[in-house]
Amino acid sequence: MEYIKLIGILIVVLGFAFKLDSILIIVLAAFATAFVGGIDIMTLLESFGQSFVANRSMTIFILVMLVTGTMERNGLREASSSLISKIKGATSGIIIGAYGIIRGAFGAFNVGIGGVPGFIRPVLVPMATGAVESKQGKVNEKHLEQIKSMAAGIENISWFFCQVLFVGGSGALLVQSTLENLGYKVELIQLAAVEIPVAIAGVAIGVIYYYIKDKMLCKKYYSNKTNED
Amino acid sequence: MAFFLNSDIPLMTKLLEVVYMVIGIICLYTAIKNLTDKENPSPYGTAIFWGSIGIVIGFGRWIPNTVNGVLVLIMCASAILKRVKSGSGVGPTKEETQSKFDKIGIKIFIPALSIGIFSLVFALIGWSALVGTGFGVITAMIFLAIFSKDNKPKVFFDDAARFLSIVGPTSMLPPLLAVLGSVFTMAGVGDVIAQIVGQFIPEGNVNIGIIVYALGMVVFTMIMGNAFAAITVMTVGIGAPFVLAYGANPVVIGMVALTCGYCGTLLTPMAANFNIVPVAILDIKDKMGVIKSQILPAIFMIVFQIMYMIMFK
Repeated sequence: MEYIKLIGILIVVLGFAFKLDSILIIVLAAFATAFVGGIDIMTLLESFGQSFVANRSMTIFILVMLVTGTMERNGLREASSSLISKIKGATSGIIIGAYGIIRGAFGAFNVGIGGVPGFIRPVLVPMATGAVESKQGKVNEKHLEQIKSMAAGIENISWFFCQVLFVGGSGALLVQSTLENLGYKVELIQLAAVEIPVAIAGVAIGVIYYYIKDKMLCKKYYSNKTNED
Repeated sequence: MAFFLNSDIPLMTKLLEVVYMVIGIICLYTAIKNLTDKENPSPYGTAIFWGSIGIVIGFGRWIPNTVNGVLVLIMCASAILKRVKSGSGVGPTKEETQSKFDKIGIKIFIPALSIGIFSLVFALIGWSALVGTGFGVITAMIFLAIFSKDNKPKVFFDDAARFLSIVGPTSMLPPLLAVLGSVFTMAGVGDVIAQIVGQFIPEGNVNIGIIVYALGMVVFTMIMGNAFAAITVMTVGIGAPFVLAYGANPVVIGMVALTCGYCGTLLTPMAANFNIVPVAILDIKDKMGVIKSQILPAIFMIVFQIMYMIMFK
């Protein structure tokens, strides 16, 4: 019965789906797989140690943290919002798009500027709403709801597809070690390079889609006033 | 010491080991900081967690693997028992960041970008990108110290410890998933999946293999809420036997599969951090509002990436 070897995968899938503690899932899956695969405990411990040490590169983000917090302390967030506010005559859609591009560019350099709690809520949503209010007087409730969803959406899209451009990001490091286990040796710089078109396409579709969507929403909710302009 | 004096070992390998030592020291510093933090509800568990990681990362090279394995398990245990908490670490006030911005202004982008630039340049010359990250961090610290006298070494370490404590055990998922991946490979899990999937995928049709691999990444990530967990399983089970085994380019296939997984992340409430927590923080009424706004871009990116993989395999 070879299928029993899949028990680890079953544990991973069910464990994550049922929201068990992630680390518990991983340890359980490793022990269960080792047990059914006939790997004894000493060998398992040795391979735990050996492969964790081999994958220490995935902890490089800790080194970057030496400056992440201090850059926040020194006004990185304020500088980013001043950059966005320089755009003249911006609409809510353009502001969301501008953030998407800046977020993507910083993401490629492995720099965060606060995410949803640190930037989207305190800075971006007020800026986008402000842009609507300066033209329409008051922002429509349903439009505001969409602005918030799009702002959170562009945050995810730009970050996901651009963080892979950083040479030495944890995603690429995981791919590199997975491939190495299978006997394929690849370089980090190659992994970053193949993602360039993906990153550009990702940010472009996010920015363009939200721009069009916002434009349509504006038409829908403020049609009378825009005609007067 | 013999390791660093040995002239047979390349300079980059030695420098990389120094980088790991610095990371280890940051972890140990975080451990001590939390241990002495009166506001941390679980000072010992937290200290054990960061302490054992610090030892393995910083000095694991010189420790027997079995001992490293035990340390990794101790680290996991303190996380599983929910004994890892973040302490009081004070973040900057709005006044502080605003006054710093008034003084430093847009120049803050220089240290922000220096890390990525150094990693890229080092990688392009063929040196270690990770050592480049190290040099980038040092450069960023120098700039920050020049911009403001307040930025002393203790500030950097305290801020790092604060951030690390906030991120907590979740940050250890990627290396632990890699460990799990190697256990899977050792037990021959990939062969079993390959047998099963082989009954459905016509052998030798690389394009169908790519489509199954990419969509599998999307679906598995949606179920698990985590692309990192999906990539190890899917690559061992489908990517390697049905795509890479026929000579497809591992760089394109392996890496783009990961970003296919990210499309799954955009589509699932399982990825609560990205799709559900923001709903709460932003006070959005529709619980699925963020996901709905991401459906179209995600589908576009899935199609785009499958075509990209097929064209450049």
